[in-house]
Amino acid sequence: MRPKKLHPTGWLEHGAAARLVWPLAALALLLAFNFLFTEGFFRLEVLDGHLYGVLIDILNHGSRVMLLALGMTLVIATGGVDLSVGAVMAVAGAVAAVLVTKTNLPFGAVLAAALGVSVAAGMWNGLLVAGFRIQPIIATLILMVAGRGIAQLIADGQIITFSDPRMVFLGNGHLFGLPFTVTIVAASLAVTWALARRTAVGLFIECIGSNETASRYSGVNARLVKFLVYAFAGFCAGVAGLMAASNIKCADSNHVGLYLELDAILAVVVGGTALTGGRFYLAGSIVGALLIQTLTTTMYMRDVSSDVAPVPKALVIIAVCLLQSPVFRSQIVGLVRRGVWTLRPAGGKAS
Amino acid sequence: MRIAIKRRHIPLAATALVLALVYAAAAMKFPGFFSLRVLVDFFKDNAFVGVAAIGMTFVILSGGIDLSVGAVVGFTSILIATLVRDHSVHPLGAVALALLFGSALGALMGCLIHFQKLPPFLVTLAGMFFARGLGFLVSGESIGIKHPFYSRLMDVGLPLPGSATVPLTALVFLAVFAAGVYLAHFTKFGRTVYAIGGNEPSALLMGLAVGRTKILIYTLNGFCASLAGVVFSLYAQAGNPTWGIGTELDAIAAVVIGGTLLSGGVGYVAGTLMGVLILGVIQTAIAFQGNLNTWWTKIAVGVLLLVFILLQNLVSRVSARRAGTIADCGLRIALREPQGPEHGRRAD
Amino acid sequence: MHASEPFLQMRGITKTFPGVRALSNVDFFVRRGEIHALMGENGAGKSTLIKVLTGVYPRDAGEILLDGIGIHPRSVAGAEALGISTVYQEVNLIPHLSVAENICLGRQPTRFGKIRWKAVSARARQALERLEVKIDVSQELSSYSIAVQQMVAIARALDVSASLLILDEPTSSLDETEAAELFAVMRRLRDQGLGIIFITHFLDQVYEVADRITVLRNGERVGQFETARLPRIQLIAKMIGREPEAPAAPAGAAAKGAPADKAAFLEARGLGRKGGVEPMDLAVGRGEVVGLAGLLGSGRTEVARLLFGIDKADSGEIRIEGKKTVLASPRRAIEKGLAFCSEDRKTEGLIPDLSVRENIILAMQASRGPLRRLPMGRQVQMAEHYIRALDIKTPSPEQTAGNLSGGNQQKVLLARWLAMQPRLIILDEPTRGIDVGAKAEIEKLVARLAAEGMAILFISAELEEVVRNSHRVIVLRDRAKVAELAGTEIDEQVIMHAIARHETEETPSDGMA
Repeated sequence: MRPKKLHPTGWLEHGAAARLVWPLAALALLLAFNFLFTEGFFRLEVLDGHLYGVLIDILNHGSRVMLLALGMTLVIATGGVDLSVGAVMAVAGAVAAVLVTKTNLPFGAVLAAALGVSVAAGMWNGLLVAGFRIQPIIATLILMVAGRGIAQLIADGQIITFSDPRMVFLGNGHLFGLPFTVTIVAASLAVTWALARRTAVGLFIECIGSNETASRYSGVNARLVKFLVYAFAGFCAGVAGLMAASNIKCADSNHVGLYLELDAILAVVVGGTALTGGRFYLAGSIVGALLIQTLTTTMYMRDVSSDVAPVPKALVIIAVCLLQSPVFRSQIVGLVRRGVWTLRPAGGKAS
Repeated sequence: MRIAIKRRHIPLAATALVLALVYAAAAMKFPGFFSLRVLVDFFKDNAFVGVAAIGMTFVILSGGIDLSVGAVVGFTSILIATLVRDHSVHPLGAVALALLFGSALGALMGCLIHFQKLPPFLVTLAGMFFARGLGFLVSGESIGIKHPFYSRLMDVGLPLPGSATVPLTALVFLAVFAAGVYLAHFTKFGRTVYAIGGNEPSALLMGLAVGRTKILIYTLNGFCASLAGVVFSLYAQAGNPTWGIGTELDAIAAVVIGGTLLSGGVGYVAGTLMGVLILGVIQTAIAFQGNLNTWWTKIAVGVLLLVFILLQNLVSRVSARRAGTIADCGLRIALREPQGPEHGRRAD
Repeated sequence: MHASEPFLQMRGITKTFPGVRALSNVDFFVRRGEIHALMGENGAGKSTLIKVLTGVYPRDAGEILLDGIGIHPRSVAGAEALGISTVYQEVNLIPHLSVAENICLGRQPTRFGKIRWKAVSARARQALERLEVKIDVSQELSSYSIAVQQMVAIARALDVSASLLILDEPTSSLDETEAAELFAVMRRLRDQGLGIIFITHFLDQVYEVADRITVLRNGERVGQFETARLPRIQLIAKMIGREPEAPAAPAGAAAKGAPADKAAFLEARGLGRKGGVEPMDLAVGRGEVVGLAGLLGSGRTEVARLLFGIDKADSGEIRIEGKKTVLASPRRAIEKGLAFCSEDRKTEGLIPDLSVRENIILAMQASRGPLRRLPMGRQVQMAEHYIRALDIKTPSPEQTAGNLSGGNQQKVLLARWLAMQPRLIILDEPTRGIDVGAKAEIEKLVARLAAEGMAILFISAELEEVVRNSHRVIVLRDRAKVAELAGTEIDEQVIMHAIARHETEETPSDGMA
């Protein structure tokens, strides 16, 4: 009895198709809205062999959240969360900016240093969570608070501007007509996918998030896996930080990545991965990040200040949570069966 | 003479110790620290964080978390400013409306958390986004509050011996603190908060009004957050939608450094007051120093947080081993939905 | 004293859940001033009966009368208001609050809304005095031992003016002295006129403290008995549904004789743990099936957890193939060739979100580490092999494991461990929830594995299963080893009598002949 085609985790995760429906539908809806009502949303033009347009901007601006979401997906899948990724972005940017402007280190070494520091930050979180068994939300809160201070320390309180062409290329260059950030995201996605699906790490992550006790009893080294995912999240934050700094050609430790971790968490949750852990969907997280960015861009193009963009984000979070919540779903089912007039609040006494 | 400290008081004792140390160190370095005036300034400058932190204490005591505080501060300030300038509302009325809004938002979040069993982290995150964006909808930029009543309020104060006066904002902080202590230690509501944070399934089984209390907690916190916004607007005589960024983190840090377990069930409002003061002293000392840069505050706070969290971890592990229980010692993740009383029992 | 007044009367209680009838026309009577033990094996319905009484579940049929008045408790708070309070094994109180506060929580004396703390302490001390317990009520609850915490829970129940107290497995975490103190308190309360329902698995304790016993089996009431008039062997017989006979020399069952290879694979000496089991000796040889027999709560799973490294032993040592080994964690145990198919598959076994295939290959993959991934072809092959071999009913290997029926989930779990080809496998209730035909298949599998040299520890609550499949049987009772039978000695009756045998008697008290 051989399965007719290759096992579904060939390139798309188990059951991903079903989970992707919602965010893709929402994205499609948003794009359709723009197609009908927003002038020039879908216009693309070629200049100097590079593609330009609103759609390209979405890909470009959303690249940071997409990158953060990749690492965050794995962390959330183990049942944890990482609030420090925004701060780590700031640190990475500061390290790179300082090294590039104040030393003569080869560019490769600069990248290695910045990413190394980011991975170290992630390992710090991993040590607290897996080693000291501190709750993830608390453990990563520490770096979230201190991280920016560390970044400013490294940058000596300055906003360090740089003009090194290779550094600038990261966030502003083009490859094959598309912004280089798109390439970075695609490469990161490929690396993450390979790490998760071509090794057993993804399986371990999913089983730890789904039932940690049973996983331990089956011999899975839960502590090691948890440690690794936080380190990886740090790495992703480092890459995102480099792209962010490069984009504005400076390292602004105060503002870079501010609250971006929350966007990343939102992207992951929208993409189908449950906050409590278990099955994760890398593709879903990417779609989630795209959805958030499209939302922001839509508002911008409708002349709504980007500062107001958080409002629809809030509604999206609540909508996703409600849809994922079994309480809400059973209420809806009950409503449909009994009719709206018997609506009663759930919860209350011990049941 | 032996001073016996109950185990549950250890984090609080540690906080007091840290406050004493930090204050002593600063006072030794800067003789000006010892003056009454500087002390009053602590309360004045940290009044808004303090008010927010008192409210946050209740949320964290119950095992929850509220990320929307900072955004509510910003929104409240700009709401008041716009009501006074653009709609000719008397400041008192504007303040009342602002407090109403904060409480209403808190109540809404509380309902979502309790009735729909949504995780507090995500719900209050949505609240934060919502309030922040709403602030910008009201106005994209800062608005001054140029009402005589408002500026006269800043002249109100409690005169003290010497040249110091305790301004209204600090008085509000102290009043909120007193109210917080009373609520926490002398009302059934407060004791239920501790029970929910200590062991929610047990609290349900003991017949406590868990649901009603939870919603009240978030309502109360929303009130405190908007009150913090009022205080800030009084201080600055203006409103600005960008204010309050990071306030929730400061409040959480003050609560944790004040000895309250982030998992809930253990902690004191007095501890939060001390936590706020510690943050204030560090910030002021760094400002006094001049050549030390402000980011050291963040690092110092991070280190303090780490120390206290590790301390809390150690204390709760030791007490779990002593009591011999295999059951969880109240550790709960603010992300997860609360578990019901039937969870975990083997049926036979 | 109050024997003639009807106090609690539950008549004809029936409760059905989808697919299973938990209670069927059950009667249950409790008098004032008595300690009434409620006993039964797995699936008997004890827990459901109590939940119906305390308002957690609504009953489908029957009536509940308290002092002759019909009651319909709809919630725990409602039951409490009627005077029915429960104290659970986990002591459902708030650990970081003081003893006084725990007793009065929710009902603190107040003046204009302000709590009067002195009155709280006074009231708490008063409640504890009824139990003749004197402790510092201002101390944190968790600073006291579980035994004392239980007293506090009982004091709270009394303070809520309970007239009927339900103690749900109160002695599981207590040592002998603590249990004796608890019994003293129970007797005191009984003499004050309280009705006490005592749910426990410990036979000795039931005989020590209970006035009457009600036995449930498979959702039905087997009978209600005066403790003094019910010999132990009869009680055991009623619980497991076998008729006691004078043990005769049995044929059949153990005719298989001892295994060819006599060398012990795993030897445990003096292995014990406080709150788990008393120190005991245990050995399992290659190709040998050793059965662990005993009633529910006798410590069988606790032994398994000690052997697999889940719990740390307080005493004793383990030798594997003669070499002293410390099994500090499941991973170590797996490295040494052990496997553990847990009885609590929901929390300790199955990964519900993962597919059948992933569940089956999990332990295998874990032993290979994260980098050396099992090729997909091999995974599918393994999965299909075991789906066939164990007749796992699933539409495909990719089916989410959580969607399978209980029995099939059990088979998936078994497949996971069989795939490891362990040298010793601990099977804890491997046939629970599995239909008769599949049970036979699994027993055949066990025999074949033994013949191929695997050492097997076979744990089951069904005596006939243990008898049928084991070369040797270790009998447990009340968390201690009471007998070891080999070869022709293995017989259900012998096991029952071994469980029933009381230390003060020299001959088995079977009440017969």
